Amino acid sequence: MTTKLLFYPGCSLQRTARPYLDSLVAISPLIGIELEEIQDWNCCGATEYIAIHHLASHALVGRNLALAAQQSNGTHTVMAACSACYLNLAKTDSYMQVNAQLNRQVNDALQAGGLHYQPGTVRIRHLLDIIVNDIGIEEIRKQVVRPLKGLRIAPYYGCMIARPDRDNRWDNVEHPLALDKLMKAIGAEVIDFPLKTHCCGGHMTQINMPTAYELIRRLVYGAAQYHADLMVTLCPMCQLNLDAYQSEMNRHFHTNYHMPILYFTQLMGLAFGLEPEVLGLGKEFVNASQALSRIGIEVPAAEPELEMVEDKPARKKKEKAGLPMPQMLHSEEE
Amino acid sequence: MSKINHSTTERVGVYVCHCGTNIAGVIDVEAVAKWAAEHLKDRGVVIARDYKFMCSSLGQELIEKDIQELGLTRVVVAACSPHLHEATFRVACQRAGLNPYLCELVSIREQASWVHTDKHAATEKAKAILSGGVERVLHHAPLDPLHVPIHPATLVVGGGIAGIQAALEIADAGFPVYLVEREPSIGGHMAQFDKTFPTLDCAACILTPRMVSIGSHPNVTLMTWSEVTNVAGYVGNFTVTVKKKARYINTDLCTGCGICQEKCPKKVIDDTFEAGLGYRKAVYTPFPQAVPKYPVIDDVNCTYFQKGTCRACEKLCPTDAIDFKQEDEIVTLQVGNIVLATGYDVFDARRVAQYGYARLANVFTSIEFERLSNAAGPTNGNIVLRDGVTVPQTVGIIHCTGSRDRNFNNYCSAICCMQSLKFAHLVKERTGATVYNFYIDIRTTAKAYDEFYQRVLDEGTIFVRGRVAEVTDAARMPNEEGKLIVQVEDTLAGRQRRIPVDMVILSVGLEPRRDSHEVAKLFGISCSSDGWIIEKHPKLDPVATMTEGVFVAGCAQGPKDIPNSVAQGAAAAARVLGRIQQKEIALEPVRASVDESKCSGCRICNGLCPFNAILFHEDRMVTEVNPALCQGCGTCVAACPAGAISGTVFSNEQIFAQMEGLLLHNIERPPMTEGVLA
Repeated sequence: MTTKLLFYPGCSLQRTARPYLDSLVAISPLIGIELEEIQDWNCCGATEYIAIHHLASHALVGRNLALAAQQSNGTHTVMAACSACYLNLAKTDSYMQVNAQLNRQVNDALQAGGLHYQPGTVRIRHLLDIIVNDIGIEEIRKQVVRPLKGLRIAPYYGCMIARPDRDNRWDNVEHPLALDKLMKAIGAEVIDFPLKTHCCGGHMTQINMPTAYELIRRLVYGAAQYHADLMVTLCPMCQLNLDAYQSEMNRHFHTNYHMPILYFTQLMGLAFGLEPEVLGLGKEFVNASQALSRIGIEVPAAEPELEMVEDKPARKKKEKAGLPMPQMLHSEEE
Repeated sequence: MSKINHSTTERVGVYVCHCGTNIAGVIDVEAVAKWAAEHLKDRGVVIARDYKFMCSSLGQELIEKDIQELGLTRVVVAACSPHLHEATFRVACQRAGLNPYLCELVSIREQASWVHTDKHAATEKAKAILSGGVERVLHHAPLDPLHVPIHPATLVVGGGIAGIQAALEIADAGFPVYLVEREPSIGGHMAQFDKTFPTLDCAACILTPRMVSIGSHPNVTLMTWSEVTNVAGYVGNFTVTVKKKARYINTDLCTGCGICQEKCPKKVIDDTFEAGLGYRKAVYTPFPQAVPKYPVIDDVNCTYFQKGTCRACEKLCPTDAIDFKQEDEIVTLQVGNIVLATGYDVFDARRVAQYGYARLANVFTSIEFERLSNAAGPTNGNIVLRDGVTVPQTVGIIHCTGSRDRNFNNYCSAICCMQSLKFAHLVKERTGATVYNFYIDIRTTAKAYDEFYQRVLDEGTIFVRGRVAEVTDAARMPNEEGKLIVQVEDTLAGRQRRIPVDMVILSVGLEPRRDSHEVAKLFGISCSSDGWIIEKHPKLDPVATMTEGVFVAGCAQGPKDIPNSVAQGAAAAARVLGRIQQKEIALEPVRASVDESKCSGCRICNGLCPFNAILFHEDRMVTEVNPALCQGCGTCVAACPAGAISGTVFSNEQIFAQMEGLLLHNIERPPMTEGVLA
């Protein structure tokens, strides 16, 4: 069965997060997703605009929603792969539902373009939510031909996907497990990453570099402490911050981390047996080829790596239980 | 609706209460009384008075005097809710020689003055309410209360400290008690603790003598490893069915020597008594001082029951007390009263994922810490990390885990502050560690509690005011590595802090038993939405429930500490003893009855009765209401399609008359204004 989705790509997926888009397009037919891009979509307002011009930011999103509603044939689900896009679309839709004045103002603005949006018409969802909750872990497992055995990954959700959880989609907003489960299903070894919903720095990289460096450092340091081979993310901004600014961060702190940051769709594609090239691998700044070669996946050489191999901190010793540990509820089999 | 036009020969007295300014502050009570005297004259009202406090003895005397001097045959008091003073005015009427059920109390306080601000409209509404009461009381008939005998035996459910106290008080007074406990031993949560705040008494030292008394008391029949499965009957005459789960131990032969436990090869994690922190065998008593001393075989884990082999205990028992063929036994008890002391469960700390319980090894719950610090616990009282050997150098105690939190429980769990202070003291005393207490507010309100807080402060425990955001092992700095980091906004210092510690103790709140709603249904009482049992009155009757003969004690009613649980257990016992001493109880004659000639036998009412008071006679195909069981709720009256059921005090005539009165159809020119309807 195919799940048809109205796809809102957002600006990142066209440029900096191109590997995210490529890998999504590559895996979609395998997991039964049919993407229909919303025609003539515009900017979602990213993270700043709502703080600068409240009404205009909602009107900006309102236009996307109106276009999506117009285009909906057979589906009312709008899917965004970018967490910021997802949050902005969902936010405007829900604010318009509860705030009649805003609803009126946004629709007044839309009228100039001959558009109208009835809030609640479309359902806005994140890609991960659809894959985990609609398609289901079992379906994903069926597609796996090359389990990522031995690849130790830190699942990183970022701040915008699970909070606020308007529709009760996530198991736990502070410590979600959806991505963990998905990564386990494709055979990876998943660490219990304590920083999974912490801040990636957001737009601090544009405003205040030292703050951004510190936030990036915490995450990379945390993942390295757990001896992760790489971090997996679902948000273009998280990926950009952690990947593109990692070497600058290293210079700033005189550290030497090498923590590749990949999209979860890229790893799904690898597990499904797709070639690294079609999944956009090799385009990341912090090269993942070394990590992936550990499990026998060769990524074609990109630009030569400048950084040195870091001294990895000692692997965290597993504490031998003297006293029994309490069991997690619904513990997943590894 | 047509106007009431029949005349009356009754002589009605109307009394309007000021209730200080509670009513008079909003309603013009004098005008209401005057209006009644004038407009309800045709409806039998011969006198209408207003008075500052009708419930005072002077107010009551006023009514009594009028009954005697004016020959009143009916009385209507417009005051507060009948919940509060119906009995007061009925007794006053009785003293003056009037049948108490010829008195009607209508509420113009809860239903008018307290809920309205528009004085004019509230006054008009009070007139209407009063008018309804007058019409209704004309249809009242003199009634006599029902007298039922009280069975002298009492059922106490739950063998924690509250249930133990209640059972001992009743047994010591010379009356039989059945104490039913779900676990293999009585003792409850208190038996798990090492020390009790604020005096630091050893919990076992003060609890076990009481447990022994229960075990040896001639008036107590102790039924552990047992559960109540059915409750029938009514106050004074309950029939209770108890399932005694198979122990697989012949208690007549068992001496409690403990060889079976020692020899049993099957070791399992003890999730109940040891809170998952220690082990027990498949045949076990939860702790050495258990009462009764007889072990139970846990057939889910026993190798013999699972695989058909082993029988080590049977071979080695010196008295041949092991009996694998034993089966559950169903026992029926006759009791007059029931005390529910079913206790609490602790909040599941895994729900606050950001505190890391069950992910981070050295995050403990308070109940785990109780076992850790208990000299008879898995570590012999050594406070160590989960590796079983390392003594922590820094310990963080987080208050209010799961309590006072809109994501989990809104309420304050009442014991966590003192419990956390106790932990701080014990950690300091035994390990010398640096202790941080992370709190929102310190609530140390009972006797000697705040002094204990001062003591813990003086001992050097560091208090940080702020709700902890996160407990993590993700170090940011090398000095944090290998530690648990408590991230907290210190609201007194006004800044974020990261405090590395070796051990975190989550002071988890108290929650109703997971099955509290089913238990409440079994006993015919109600729970709040949280799941705590609802008492009859939160201030004035905190041990009774809305069901006659069923009382509540201890944490089943709401979070409380040991002194309060004991006090409530004793209070419940006093209420039960009072009942037993009366030998019989007068029940409100507010009852439904079936007119058999009208009953079609449709049985629509049969399943509706919340008190199981309706029985059906198959032979005659008619329904009957047991007047002793019926609580007069009226559900069946309303449901009967044939109008065959009527309720005394709630007959159709009475209800319709009251409605006519409320709508002022009983007077010539109703002074209704738009304000009343608006």
